[in-house]
Amino acid sequence: MAGSRGRGRSQFTFSVDALGFGRGDSLPTSAQTPSPLFPPMQFRPVPLHAGEEVDYMLALKQELRASSKNLPFHIKAARTKTDVARYSDKYQNGEPKNNCIEWSPDWSRMPKELCIKVRKPRKTVIGAKPQLTRKPKVAAGKEEVLQKLETLEKREEEQHSEEEEDEEKKKQNDEEEEPDADEDYDEEEIEDETDYIMSYFDNGEDFGADSDDNMDEAVY
Amino acid sequence: MTAQEVRLCGLLLQEHFGNVVEKVGTHLIRSGVLTLRALAHETKLPLDLVKKSLCVLVQHGMCTFGAGRRGPAGPVEYRINCEHIFHMLRYPRYIYTAKSLYGDTGELIVEEILQRGQMTMSSTVKTVADRLTHNMPEGQSMDYTGSSSSGAVDTPLPVATQPTEPESNPDCYKLPYINLTGQGKRRRSSEGGEAEQRAAKKARTDNSECGDDGIYWQVNFQRFHLHFRDQAIISAVSCKLDQTSSEIVRTMLRMSEVTTPAHAAFTQALSANEIFRALQSSYNIARPNLDQYLSLLVDDPMEFVGKTGDSGGGMYVVNLHRALANLARATLESVVQERFGSRSARIFRLLLRKRHLEQKQVEDFAMIPAKEAKDMLYTLLSENLVQLQEIPKTPDYAPSRTFYLYTVNQLPTARLLLQHCYKTVCNLIERRLYETKENKRLLEKSQRIEAILASLQATGAEAAQLTEVEEMITVPERQQLESLRHHINKLDSSENQVDETIFLLESYINSTKTSR
Repeated sequence: MAGSRGRGRSQFTFSVDALGFGRGDSLPTSAQTPSPLFPPMQFRPVPLHAGEEVDYMLALKQELRASSKNLPFHIKAARTKTDVARYSDKYQNGEPKNNCIEWSPDWSRMPKELCIKVRKPRKTVIGAKPQLTRKPKVAAGKEEVLQKLETLEKREEEQHSEEEEDEEKKKQNDEEEEPDADEDYDEEEIEDETDYIMSYFDNGEDFGADSDDNMDEAVY
Repeated sequence: MTAQEVRLCGLLLQEHFGNVVEKVGTHLIRSGVLTLRALAHETKLPLDLVKKSLCVLVQHGMCTFGAGRRGPAGPVEYRINCEHIFHMLRYPRYIYTAKSLYGDTGELIVEEILQRGQMTMSSTVKTVADRLTHNMPEGQSMDYTGSSSSGAVDTPLPVATQPTEPESNPDCYKLPYINLTGQGKRRRSSEGGEAEQRAAKKARTDNSECGDDGIYWQVNFQRFHLHFRDQAIISAVSCKLDQTSSEIVRTMLRMSEVTTPAHAAFTQALSANEIFRALQSSYNIARPNLDQYLSLLVDDPMEFVGKTGDSGGGMYVVNLHRALANLARATLESVVQERFGSRSARIFRLLLRKRHLEQKQVEDFAMIPAKEAKDMLYTLLSENLVQLQEIPKTPDYAPSRTFYLYTVNQLPTARLLLQHCYKTVCNLIERRLYETKENKRLLEKSQRIEAILASLQATGAEAAQLTEVEEMITVPERQQLESLRHHINKLDSSENQVDETIFLLESYINSTKTSR
């Protein structure tokens, strides 16, 4: 083995010419740039399939894409509020709210934690809401003022606040009466199921009463 | 999940469900399994949005949930099913296949269920009937026979149920008893396969109570894939041999549709007598001709059909896995041919057949001059389509005493090509999005003008007004729009075509997995 090592030392299993460079030559320079983004193609690509099938599937694909944007599954994040409230916000109610879901999945097949309560918009009752918001605000304001001022002023303001509360109660009563009046009004209308308001209807009982005096005029 | 697969999933989710679902989905793919809280925390999205996105994903079957690592008492963990997301690329193909097999009704059914993930039978019927009657003139009621939908269910094709408790609901696989009330009259429908529902144009189905709550239907993707595979085999046979042989193979595949399990390597053995009886009379194949065709098919090097016995005139099977392997090999060869030329393809085919060859042997067998052969081999090597195998003579891998053999392994090369396909689709989608974004202003303008034109036409305007509105788009803008439309169409059909290759390669790779 030792003897043959010298003889077979520079013999490779492949021919050295096949490598492309000879013995002792420097290696070919290596490229130090990344490969080009769009390398030039040696051969042009084969043209696409054409035909009725292909066109139909193309049309289907584009339709599916367009219609999936309108389905409730397409979730858009609610737009974050910009610093200034704009006038157009009132008219752009199409923005989805984060905390309600626009379609109703079968909750029995989903884990409980994913359940989002669908909040129906509450109908605003006339008068009640402003009262509710006003009362706590008034109370809070009153508390702050009471804390700051001295006892003599405190007495005066207690009287003052009592008067205000009385006024508010009266207002509340008034406004409660209004809905009652409205309800009565509505009941009248609903009873007869006509488009005509009852009080405007003249059922002709008074028709013949006035013409008794002038018998000369002909009745048409 | 490879980087390209994640990128493709993200793009597909964004296209269909928007940015929020895309963010949630990609994060979940990257992390594997997550609980709801962890997901919300890591994506920094509000909890409600995350919940909504997960609902959408679960509804469409792309996300599964289960008891987590802490057992049933711990929080629920969610996992994304990437295969399902890739199917979104193939929706047009499913719908077109349903149309060709079952007509317009089938097409609409499949389309509705694909868009909504899963639906009950009654809601599907309702929606499809509405869509069909929508296109019909007024005053005409539709005799919507549920038999076509039952046909779609009974032949074991596209639609499968997913009941909540299969044990307690044994007859959930029957068509449910549907009671549609329309226009004040009660229209009853009978149970079972002969359901005939009359859906009048304005059917008030709001107060319909159908007995099928909790029984949801989904599209059976596996069945569609088997159908596509059969189609691919039949078309390959008809290209390689002739039309008659492909009809014989089609008959064999049709006969073994129901009896063959999904991942089987061979179909059930069929005798020649059975095949002869099952052949349609329109083909006019005489018995001795059939035998000749079968022996031709068996002898063909593609090995689509194999002979497993001699009883009954000869027992024949269709070699499914081998057919898939051959189709994948043909795909690889064609890719090399189109990228690198026919001589490189010759070298590639040589290496596929001969397995391991030295450089000198490659030059000799391929009959290509040494310099060019070396060049081509090195190009293929740099693209990773060809690998080097070193066989040392001595324990130290001294280059002078090592054989260097070139080889091609079909399976890893197929996987590599599949990743290239995913990358291709990603690039196509991104290019389309870029093109749309660049010309957004123009597209919006054209949409507005179309809307104006439509409203003018509805109110019966004169031709002069119409032309005036049409001229609002100038001629160069019109050309730009036209070229944009052309580009987008081309990109879309390229996506569809790449998807066909993806399907072939995926089927091949899956077939190798299960055969182990």
